[in-house]
Amino acid sequence: MIKSEKLRGNLGLVLTYLFLIVMMVAAVFPALWIFGSSLNPGDSLFSTSIIPERATWVHYKELFTEMDFPIWFWNSIKVGLSTSALVLLLCMFTAYAFSRFDFYGRKSGLMTILVLQMFPGMMSMVAIYVVLNMIGLLDTHLGLILIYAGGAVPYQSWLMKGYFDTLPRSLEEAAIIDGASRWTVLWRILVPLSLPIISVVAIFNFVAPFGDYLLARLILTSPEKWTLAVGLYDFISGQFGKHFTQFAAGAVLAALPITILYLLLQNLLISGLTQGSTKG
Amino acid sequence: MGPRTDHVSTGLRRKASSQKSANRRYMAAILSTIYMGMGQLYNGQWAKGIIFILYHTFIAITSIPVLVKNLRGLITLGDAPMKDNSLFLLVYGIVSVLLLMVVIGIYILNIRDAYKNGELRDEGQKPAGFIRSVRNLFDTGYPYLILSPGLMALTAITFLPLVFSILIGFTNYDLYHSPPGNLMDWVGLKNFHQVLTEGSWARTFRNVLGWTVLWTVLSTVTSFGLGAFVAILLNNPRIRFKKVIRTVLIIPWAIPGFTSILVWRGLLNTNFGAVNQLLAYLGVPAIPWFENVFWARTALVLVNLWLGFPYNMILVTGILQSIPGDLYEAARVDGATGWQKFRQITLPLLLFSMAPLLIMQFAYNFNNFNLIYLLNDGGPAIFGQQGAGGTDILISWVFKLTFNLLKFNYASAISLIIFMIIAGLSVYNFRRTKSFQEEKMLQ
Repeated sequence: MIKSEKLRGNLGLVLTYLFLIVMMVAAVFPALWIFGSSLNPGDSLFSTSIIPERATWVHYKELFTEMDFPIWFWNSIKVGLSTSALVLLLCMFTAYAFSRFDFYGRKSGLMTILVLQMFPGMMSMVAIYVVLNMIGLLDTHLGLILIYAGGAVPYQSWLMKGYFDTLPRSLEEAAIIDGASRWTVLWRILVPLSLPIISVVAIFNFVAPFGDYLLARLILTSPEKWTLAVGLYDFISGQFGKHFTQFAAGAVLAALPITILYLLLQNLLISGLTQGSTKG
Repeated sequence: MGPRTDHVSTGLRRKASSQKSANRRYMAAILSTIYMGMGQLYNGQWAKGIIFILYHTFIAITSIPVLVKNLRGLITLGDAPMKDNSLFLLVYGIVSVLLLMVVIGIYILNIRDAYKNGELRDEGQKPAGFIRSVRNLFDTGYPYLILSPGLMALTAITFLPLVFSILIGFTNYDLYHSPPGNLMDWVGLKNFHQVLTEGSWARTFRNVLGWTVLWTVLSTVTSFGLGAFVAILLNNPRIRFKKVIRTVLIIPWAIPGFTSILVWRGLLNTNFGAVNQLLAYLGVPAIPWFENVFWARTALVLVNLWLGFPYNMILVTGILQSIPGDLYEAARVDGATGWQKFRQITLPLLLFSMAPLLIMQFAYNFNNFNLIYLLNDGGPAIFGQQGAGGTDILISWVFKLTFNLLKFNYASAISLIIFMIIAGLSVYNFRRTKSFQEEKMLQ
């Protein structure tokens, strides 16, 4: 009786391992495939295979010598860093106000934020286009940064407020009794204690511009201002597969730093995500 | 001094104060209504009164004429083509309404302030001096002060365009009514009427809405289901190398979504893609992943599953680890089986914690433009549908109406319908979610 139960347990364990292995293969296969494709000598999807017979790095070299790829990369970094800094500043204040003060309109403000964060910026793309055109920010990085930051404020404030809520108030109360101003409380107590969520927000907003196609495409019209997503899509739009191997090399280069960053910081990012959003 | 004793003492004082001057508050309020700051002067608050008067004069001279002109523009949307740009008039109009609301707000505050201080005088007290008023303002206004940068960004970048889009839904803005060459006009509910009831538009709307709902449910439920399943398997203490397995499984989440969707576009290519090549080895004929509606939809759900399950796995793992071990210990003592423990402890706690996050994923998938558009452009094309392909969801249809058909008015009307669905769903659910109700108690 006990023996058969143990046997069943072991069988379950074997099945679990098998299932997990299948899942792991499925998880990494696309990444391996695109890397293999990028090493293929030809140009098109037609002739690519995951393990090329004559592997070559030539497409990586082409990206830097014949394409605007380095410019796009630099643009993305620039836009990402600025967006991230702006969002942090805006969200810190907003979250502090919502987390630590009771004021008229607080609850409806929170509700508005919750509703607003459900709408992707693209829903009002015609308006964004017209307004940016009016104030002369079309085809500028500043315009794009403002749109990204404004779109990120509701959700990221909510995330940060959730984190602030979990921090004990006793420290702040003690500091206030000792004569600290609320400004000091924010910068000297809340900010140092919230470094995890601050890093999470910073990283998410730094990375987001690397992955956004639509708004960047809408706002940036000249190729030398494009971000990576727009540039990469341009490789393969038109006839898909024509420049597939160059696209593959570009995709690997674009995705690799972010993927490594995410994997290295997974614990931090995950705890930020779960703590920030389940509380509050 | 608590509020109650305070109330009693003011009551006593009120009786004590002279009867004839008991309505200074009304006088102050009326004066401030006539011209801002007059009531404050009447109350003897000179500095404050002069500031209000200067403000009122400034607004009356500089802003009111502009506001009136812009509000007129909002109503008419322009009289002469080429001279008036309806789109600009619309934006100016919205900004003016917002500013007008601020002006009215300050006006009301001014009246309230005069009334409050008049009341203090009626009770025989002196209104606060200027320095103390400023300090009071700074105290009660502090949260608003630090909210203002975020609020301004939100208003300018999210709220204003949203209002603009909503208003476009009530105009005839399309290819033939396109500024600056032509004027736009208000048409009331005509766009909604057309989209919801008229022939091929209504049919397309029904089809697209049906698929959008199906897509939202399928994509969220499958990726949550698989994510939770893997997380529960990995929670088994007998599994080894957990850290390695988890890291490998997280890879789809770590790769930027944009690149992986485009990679999947290559993988699923019907003629040359690796997936069909793999199936060919197994003797399965080539699947038309992008050419057939059913398979295109299947492809979307599968790719979303690949993209979305790690996120859910992460969330569920976090929740599982936060469930206190003594709950299971107590259940074991009571002789509960593994299934009972799962059914009675794990599942309820899991669903409770996941509810708000699941709703967020519902809303996200409802508007998951990136996946739909980048994987397959919403295709395959379907004849007789107003620009919508077989896998287009509402938001990608809106995109196509805007950029391919230049039907801005219909696009905005549909956007507004999306807005109402999403807003209704989320507000309803967040009100129900316990975390939102408890939120107040945490304060």
